[in-house]
Amino acid sequence: MSNLLKVSSSPHVKASEDTSRIMLYVIIALLPTTFFGIYNFGSRALLLVAVCIITCVLSEFLFEKAVGKKNTIKDLSAVVTGLLLALNLPHTLPVWQAVLGSVFAIVVVKMLFGGLGQNFMNPALGGRVFLLISFAATMTHFEYDGVASATPLAMVKADASVNTLDMLIGRTGGTIGETSALCILIGAIILILLGVIDLTIPGTYILSFSIFILLFSGRGFDIDNLVAHLCGGGLMLGAFFMATDYVTSPITPLGKVIYGICLGVLTGIFRVFGNSAEGVSYAIIFSNLLVPLIEKVTVPRAFGVVKAKKPKEVKANE
Amino acid sequence: MNKNLERLYNGLWKENPTFVLMLGMCPTLAVTTSAINGIGMGLSTTVVLVLSNMLISALRNLIPDRVRMPAFIVVVASFVTIVQFLMEGFTPALYTSLGIYIPLIVVNCIILGRAESYASKNPVIPSMFDGIGMGLGFTVGLTLIGIVREILGNGSIFNVTITPLNDFHITLFGLAPGAFFVLGCLVAIMNVVRKKMEEKGKPLPAVQGCLGGECSSCTLSSACTGKSLVHQVEEIPPVDPKDVAKPQAMADAVKHTANAKNTEDVEKSGSDSSYADDDLTGKEEK
Repeated sequence: MSNLLKVSSSPHVKASEDTSRIMLYVIIALLPTTFFGIYNFGSRALLLVAVCIITCVLSEFLFEKAVGKKNTIKDLSAVVTGLLLALNLPHTLPVWQAVLGSVFAIVVVKMLFGGLGQNFMNPALGGRVFLLISFAATMTHFEYDGVASATPLAMVKADASVNTLDMLIGRTGGTIGETSALCILIGAIILILLGVIDLTIPGTYILSFSIFILLFSGRGFDIDNLVAHLCGGGLMLGAFFMATDYVTSPITPLGKVIYGICLGVLTGIFRVFGNSAEGVSYAIIFSNLLVPLIEKVTVPRAFGVVKAKKPKEVKANE
Repeated sequence: MNKNLERLYNGLWKENPTFVLMLGMCPTLAVTTSAINGIGMGLSTTVVLVLSNMLISALRNLIPDRVRMPAFIVVVASFVTIVQFLMEGFTPALYTSLGIYIPLIVVNCIILGRAESYASKNPVIPSMFDGIGMGLGFTVGLTLIGIVREILGNGSIFNVTITPLNDFHITLFGLAPGAFFVLGCLVAIMNVVRKKMEEKGKPLPAVQGCLGGECSSCTLSSACTGKSLVHQVEEIPPVDPKDVAKPQAMADAVKHTANAKNTEDVEKSGSDSSYADDDLTGKEEK
């Protein structure tokens, strides 16, 4: 049987989309954020982005060579992983730590579980959390304009006042890619227009998170506080680029809603009640682990199939 | 090979409790943050294992079958208490860093597993060597994991700081996930080495199961991954002593199905193949 001949039942859909095309769209959508990060943080950010991408592609290539698997670096998924990981790092991080995180993301989180499509957790976030646990000091050291400063989110947690306009545009300290909510939204619009992602997951995520913040942050109905929470930290980047990863998010419509609510509530819990100011990456990888269970209980009913009725209880007739 | 040496080899390599049987994972993952901890845990377990194996083996005909588990636990717990007090007196630093995991040696699967599957069926001397082999295998496993985790997670080895590595330590390896990573990698390396050895024409004897192929009476049977093919052959009828007693024609048929060596094994193990049988023979004697 040749690979050219695929036998399947109708309807037959022919589309030009394949993995590398979709990955290319994601890279394009990430470009505004990347450029703004490099503009914002200088050449050090460019160096980290380059190092992460090169290390990710190289480690995928070498791993596949070593275990004798088919070379898959052409599908660009390793480039996306490297780019996302770099956007999740502070620009002051030592290079060797970035290399280690990239190798961990590709080899341990992705390749050891069988490569693209088999990973149970977003590789970039796996790499970030690995670095966050291993090198807590350098991973939470943020500088802006050469001055060490707390992230706006940490200031929100400490009840200090923040400039929400700066946070929207991105003129604040933080990781390379998370500061500018505006650039991320431009990227998200590109992705939605290209049909790569749909709004269900990010929408329910942000909505449930907002409700959680309004209810539990202890500030009542404070719009400034809400906007600071939405624009600060990795929420936007996580909601649009990492929670929507095809491999690690549910495919069922109801599952997507449940997954989004899980993300929103977990992020809220981590941010409001947790020790650290940020909680997006932990919320996403935790929800990634729930995805198989969510999909299992939300399998949609096939068209025309009647829901099996519970047998009626036998009344006293007999 | 000498039987005692064979027990040592078995514990250290062929059925290494850490890397092959995957027993005693709780202390393996929890205390191996440094090489010293690994050695300390391994050696204290070895002492308890050797002593309890010897005592249980000596008492094996006295302990009634129904209460063997409580009896084993009492024996093991006594030795653990002795070891715990000795450690508290002579190595207080190690005692503090191992903490709760010293009393937990009582419920270590390796010790109960060896008592159940070997010491309670074999004479004292082989049981002692079995304990030494298994204990040293455990010690080597824990120490290896401890060394790797200490180098990666703390930049030191046996508490001696390695200067160039000191700036490059990865905290994760000192935490619980690091233990899983290191264990997984070491098991993978071990499997590769074993496979290479088999390819070189030095076939390692298959893991025989803890009782020399008699898994049916083993309490760990359901969870054990080291079951041999031998006992699958033995599941052919002749295990039942009634069949052995049947006329010649039946016995011939049996000999045709299983090869000669296996039938020998079966006849040898027939008398003590399971506890139920032991009970029966005991009653008959009375």
